[in-house]
Amino acid sequence: MSEAILDIPLDSTKTAINPVEPYLRMDRMPHIWCPGCGIGTTVNCFARALESSGLNLDKVAIVSGIGCTGRVAGYANLDSFHTTHGRAIPFATGLKLSNPELQVVVYSGDGDLFAIGGNHFIHAARRNMDIKVICVNNLTYAMTGGQTGPATPTEVISATSPYGVFEPSFNLVQLAEAAGASYVARWTTYHVKQLSRSMEEVLHKKGFCFIEVLSPCPTLYQRRNKMGDGLDAMKFYKEVSKVRHGAPTSECALTRAGEIVVGKFVDRDRPDYLELLNRQMTATLGDRYATPEVTCSEG
Amino acid sequence: MHADPNGVLTGVHFLDGDHACCEGTLAAGARFAAGYPITPSTEVVERFAWRIPTVGGIFIQMEDELAASIAIQGAVWGGAKAFTVTSGPGFSLMMEHIGYAAITETPCVFVNVQRGGPSTGLPTLPAQADMMQAKWGSHGDYSIIALCPNSPQECFDLTVTGFNLAEEFRVPVMMMLDECVGHMTEKVVIPEAGQIAITPRRFTYKSPAEFRLFEPREDLVPDMVKAGDGYRFHVTGLTHDERGYPSMNVETQDRLVRRMRDKLKPFANGRAVFEAENLDDAEVVVVSYGITSRVAQRATQMARAQGVRAGKFRIISAWPFPEQHIRELAGRVKAFVFPELNLGQMVHEVERCAAGRAKVISVPHAGGSVHKPEVILQAILEAAR
Repeated sequence: MSEAILDIPLDSTKTAINPVEPYLRMDRMPHIWCPGCGIGTTVNCFARALESSGLNLDKVAIVSGIGCTGRVAGYANLDSFHTTHGRAIPFATGLKLSNPELQVVVYSGDGDLFAIGGNHFIHAARRNMDIKVICVNNLTYAMTGGQTGPATPTEVISATSPYGVFEPSFNLVQLAEAAGASYVARWTTYHVKQLSRSMEEVLHKKGFCFIEVLSPCPTLYQRRNKMGDGLDAMKFYKEVSKVRHGAPTSECALTRAGEIVVGKFVDRDRPDYLELLNRQMTATLGDRYATPEVTCSEG
Repeated sequence: MHADPNGVLTGVHFLDGDHACCEGTLAAGARFAAGYPITPSTEVVERFAWRIPTVGGIFIQMEDELAASIAIQGAVWGGAKAFTVTSGPGFSLMMEHIGYAAITETPCVFVNVQRGGPSTGLPTLPAQADMMQAKWGSHGDYSIIALCPNSPQECFDLTVTGFNLAEEFRVPVMMMLDECVGHMTEKVVIPEAGQIAITPRRFTYKSPAEFRLFEPREDLVPDMVKAGDGYRFHVTGLTHDERGYPSMNVETQDRLVRRMRDKLKPFANGRAVFEAENLDDAEVVVVSYGITSRVAQRATQMARAQGVRAGKFRIISAWPFPEQHIRELAGRVKAFVFPELNLGQMVHEVERCAAGRAKVISVPHAGGSVHKPEVILQAILEAAR
């Protein structure tokens, strides 16, 4: 059957290029993600956001941590960094400060950003570091086999909670707002248009921006919890999601099967880290302050 | 290339080792530092935080040592020369990112002002017990360079050297101070910028189309790029091929790990930094580094006064270990005496190189103070018998 399909001669004049291809490293395809996984959907949205942003992509860098979402950096056709577990944000901090003309995007998972990397998240938000954090939240550690993470809702069965999760989970959007983020939104992989728009919006917004994307993990999370496949996840997101822009983030906690509040919750202007630094140094040092020139010259 | 005069505090100063080290980073061209406070190392970045706004650069105090040790690597890939500073407990936390710097070949400098351990140990007192950790502390096979100054002057000079070596070989360089050297105050002469040689970053001359991120030059070291220049490169801590793409197979692993080791061979074979005295007629060689070398110096003089032909071999570049020199000495001396502020670490390297051809006598000290010269003298006298 498949051979028969391959026998059909391709008419190159009729072959269309997928519009997201220029934003991906096509020489690294196929990717490692499972059928039904939502990470690829978010990457598609990100590619479209890059396209519509009009940014010079030579000046956009992407930094990931470790895990399934940690692999995104490796597929993005940008200057890209696959760092250590939980440390994408401090790496991005150094990158941004040394080369401020870069737009730095951190793209990682819920376990990476909020368990092992949780401390860095709150401090980068507190500083209002000018980086954009996209968290693909599949509610589990997927790369290692589906263990409980800080975002896993109670009652869920996981590889390390065979009798059900009893720890309370983080409400990521509330955490981001409380820590000082300038922009906070949540979508699911069902909301591709809205997600693309949010991504484009943060690419043009100064300061620490956070987008949480609920994303299915059929292979581990859904299978263990008898929640069906990738398509069932889409139906579930469609049924239980409520768009409530500006909703108090304290009312946006996630449960195993309850309502998912989505939308843009926070969009505020705070001076970012570099602005505060320049302001303080200028105020105290006056003409003696030398604007940072961090990059080194060639020989 | 010479130092940027902006960062060079030319003149004669009275500085402690930590402050001299900071001046070394500025002279070397470091314009980014990330740190987390820890005794007895904090003065390095305190001074940097005070100096850098008028030089033109950034200091950021991070939330922990994990963050500091990766923020500097982000800064390097953004185009900066960068470093962090710490001591024992923080050094332990930085181990993962020393491995990351090794596999991503990120040139950067880690300053470790050693204190007594394990764990919180002796925060305000000296030790030299992180020497093996500096070499082996992160998992996997990798290579680093470690330098051991024994005075504030050397804290300045060797910090410049350390940055230059990091650029030349694209390895993390460890500045292994100790609390005594970090906190002792002495005369430090900082030359004019034009007299300070700087190794520039070797940026690629290739176009993005022909450039491969980890394709080594003939010296086994790949050329650098920085983010934002259109190369669209990928850096990963996974085992990677010459494009920088992850590649999970035996051949790639073998090629990568061996190259990372072999690229330091030119340093190990002929460029070891050391100080030798009275080795021509020596029957006993006192090996030492850091603060202990200053006590060993006294003991060696006392031994000479008592008629023992004692010589001195002071290790300055501890890693790669100066094996050629120790091997050569082992063939013609009776014994090595090796005082260290630990229960015997680098002495194992001397034993390995001596390979039974000369006696090797360890003079251990658990840290918190320095040896009494008499203790080292006693070991020299016993070795000479």
